[in-house]
Amino acid sequence: MTRTYPDEPAEAFPQPPRTITDRKDRPIDVIPADDADTESLVEMYLDFDPADRAQGIPPVKEEAIREWLETILDGDCVNVVAKHDDTVAGHATLVPDNEDEHELAIFVLQAYQGAGIGTALVETLLGYGQTEGIDHVWLTVERWNDPAISLYEKVGFEISSAESFEIEMAIRL
Amino acid sequence: MKLLLGVGGSELSYQALTETLERVSETGDELTVAIFENGDIDADLETVQQRIQEHIDESGLEPPIRHVEGTSPGSELVNIAESEGFDRIVLGGGGRSPLGKIQLGPIVEFVLLNAQTPVTLIR
Repeated sequence: MTRTYPDEPAEAFPQPPRTITDRKDRPIDVIPADDADTESLVEMYLDFDPADRAQGIPPVKEEAIREWLETILDGDCVNVVAKHDDTVAGHATLVPDNEDEHELAIFVLQAYQGAGIGTALVETLLGYGQTEGIDHVWLTVERWNDPAISLYEKVGFEISSAESFEIEMAIRL
Repeated sequence: MKLLLGVGGSELSYQALTETLERVSETGDELTVAIFENGDIDADLETVQQRIQEHIDESGLEPPIRHVEGTSPGSELVNIAESEGFDRIVLGGGGRSPLGKIQLGPIVEFVLLNAQTPVTLIR
């Protein structure tokens, strides 16, 4: 599949680790997932509201969650998590496809949504990706998911295809 | 029940073929296999046809096989189902993206949105 990317690469994004204060005044650490405990990530997905799933992920059952995490926490993927004290509040991932481009997804626990954590996660993930030499990132988002689409646009993603059930967006790093 | 199974040569479409053949041998439904050209598949039509035939031979069933003509296989499948009184269209699809999101190809999507008959998506 040939994907359309913006002509110009994006600016430099912030890199992990960093600490932000979210809109509810909570201190949130955004760190590489390698430095976090996988079990706390499993916990987050067990708490995840199934209504917030997108296109079949995250899986619902613990075994399926573990299996899925194993794939996306693999060595050639790039992952960051957002932590509030010991709670993992969000997770963002870049997974390579067969064309040396990377697919992006983010997940934020319901109690932490709408507080700017998603934006911090995406920006920091892209910053981490830049240091890892990743230059083409794409994602799909359901066409009714306006908050997500505006978040991605704000960060610099452009719509690359809108012909399908999902909108596809892409950014050049 | 009259079933119209579309097969375009993706792995998921062969899987749907196998599952449908198994199911039909239990239910005795009247199955027609419709071969279409899927632009996203590298294999040529002859190879696809051959693989379909192998699957069918293994099943011991003898469903009629037909070809979907034209450049818009989705719309043609819908036409065939409607004009020839099929009760249901069956398709394989819903592959996964690198990070596990389920994705529907344009042909499946067209059929789901436009068919007047029920559609079974095997994934």
